[in-house]
Amino acid sequence: MKPDCILVTALTDPGIMRSLNLKQWDLLIRQARNANLSGRLNTLCHENGLLEHIPEQAINHLSSAQILADRQVDTIRWEVNRIQQALERLDVPVVLLKGAAYLLSGLPAAKGRIFTDIDLLFRKKEIDAVEKTLLLFGWFPTKMDEYDQRYYRTWMHEIPPLSHIKRHSVLDVHHAILPETASLHPDTEKLLENIIPVKGFDNLFTLSEVDMVLHSATHLFHDGELENGLRDLIDLDALLRHFSENNPDFWNDIVLRAHDLELSRPLYYAFKYSNKLLNTPIPKNILTSLDQSPIKPLAWFMDRLFSRALQPDHASCDDGFTGIARWLLYVRSHYLRMPFQLLLPHLLRKAWMRRFNEQDTTI
Amino acid sequence: MKVSELSPAEFSKRLKRRGIYLKTGPFISHIRSSIPAVARNLSLLYSDHQLMTSEDFADFHIELFRSRGLRRWYRPQVNFSFDGHIPFKPLPLAQAFPMFEWTLNWCIANHSNQYLILHAAAIEKDGLAVILPAPPGTGKSTLCAGLSSRGWRLLSDELAILRLGDMKLLPLARPINLKNDSIDIMRQYTPDATFGQTSHDTAKGDVAHMKPSTDSVIRSDETATPTWIIFPKYVANENISLTLRSKAQTFIYAAENAFNYSALGLKGFQAMEHLIDSCHCYDFIYSDLDQAVEQFNSLPLSEEITP
Repeated sequence: MKPDCILVTALTDPGIMRSLNLKQWDLLIRQARNANLSGRLNTLCHENGLLEHIPEQAINHLSSAQILADRQVDTIRWEVNRIQQALERLDVPVVLLKGAAYLLSGLPAAKGRIFTDIDLLFRKKEIDAVEKTLLLFGWFPTKMDEYDQRYYRTWMHEIPPLSHIKRHSVLDVHHAILPETASLHPDTEKLLENIIPVKGFDNLFTLSEVDMVLHSATHLFHDGELENGLRDLIDLDALLRHFSENNPDFWNDIVLRAHDLELSRPLYYAFKYSNKLLNTPIPKNILTSLDQSPIKPLAWFMDRLFSRALQPDHASCDDGFTGIARWLLYVRSHYLRMPFQLLLPHLLRKAWMRRFNEQDTTI
Repeated sequence: MKVSELSPAEFSKRLKRRGIYLKTGPFISHIRSSIPAVARNLSLLYSDHQLMTSEDFADFHIELFRSRGLRRWYRPQVNFSFDGHIPFKPLPLAQAFPMFEWTLNWCIANHSNQYLILHAAAIEKDGLAVILPAPPGTGKSTLCAGLSSRGWRLLSDELAILRLGDMKLLPLARPINLKNDSIDIMRQYTPDATFGQTSHDTAKGDVAHMKPSTDSVIRSDETATPTWIIFPKYVANENISLTLRSKAQTFIYAAENAFNYSALGLKGFQAMEHLIDSCHCYDFIYSDLDQAVEQFNSLPLSEEITP
């Protein structure tokens, strides 16, 4: 492992940015850009009053990213407004997930966060009506071959992404937070029982505070391929700090809820790595009460993988094993997603299509 | 240090090993490549450009490299890497230098929201600049190349970069991208100019680059005031004409063809409004470059037409 990547250091201790030389700024900007965290870095510089200490060359890049992030706030708000208008007639709760949820609830995790897709959650039986209605308002399924369409609709926890014909906004419409074939089965019904309304909107909701964290943890440690690993871990850190500050029962609540939703393992990893990389203050007794560490040799091995894959995706943060660690976690994410007898034919087909059909770019 | 101070052999060695830090207008690019055609065209067409002696900071870290594997032998290809990421599919190796030019445009257009960036050529004389938007195939680059060889300073043939604070145009002064028939037209029109290798059968047909004048490269920190926005169109055998163009239409066209107008949101709107208000907007039809140059040398400074 390469010691302390400069981006992680700057994110956890923004004060060090006061004394970086130009060469270090060059590296910091590059790592932040590849990790999709330039907007976040800019937010930290503002909040800590560091602007006067930053060389102009670096400020150009930070403010360029901030302009994108600002613009995106307007765009996402407008798209959410359109979605809500479109689905008004259906009388089903519209639940925002991830980035859009953080933004509309005004959470600190949204500051400077750069994302484009809007994630939504519905009951499975409502999906059909939702998709048809969104189609009427201009959101069409993205182009995909028949295999991928079928794959999504049979095995996944979401339908193929929808894209607006004019504005090109992309919606990911989910009916669960993990695929049906996954080894864990968090019940969507239970998530919907606790949703909380978004202020200023009629029929718009987010998951409850604890469920928001659990979803983020699940996405990162049980489902994702970690391409935005550090960015997602920053989300978790921001959510955990914010919620635990305002609610003394938060830690106990989340441990109980994780148990209820079968998500204790992803939560354990979330606690462990946000604490390890970003110094998130997790009470010791909470980590032990989760009691989810895998057996020792496996824990050691997973640690080697996650510690590498959660670093920014930049050559300066890689060591000789980073490539293989990312690849193993990619395989793991698929393995957790579906049983072996489904996985093997799927991956073989994907490999074949990738090799011989250049149009295939999905999953 | 100028690129020309290195011998071609030294230049290509440096490009291959630790890379060069090349200054183009307000941007510094760290470029690496071991492809001979890239080294050759760079050292030829950028010979007046500055190489940074301090190699601490670059806006873009880019590399052009050959595809590995069997393809290397039966269908050689070139890839573009943006700091380790490969955003585009490879192109045939013969298009390596055009790919460098396109991808550097992409780097600038996608990572510089401190500027409003229009898809347009821009030239300057006496501190006053003409912006030449226009769809491809209208003779924009040809006109820009012609004017820049007849006393106008080249600011850019593809990216008009406006600084948001004072709405000055920043020079980029990179090689002019000529396509198809324009290549021979410019070779005849400016026999003294330097041209790079012609790449055949690219997505845009045949492509060759013309070296910018030494003067425009040396003065690449000197900004200019946008004064005219002129939509040129080459029409064979047609009489030359300069006609007023509606400001509203000009606004809409320029906004739709800007690289980051919508990313800038309100700031973009305000900047564009200021630009269109402060410029004289014309349509321009020409069939002869000498006549065109003559017309440009007497552009009206008020909203009247003096053809």
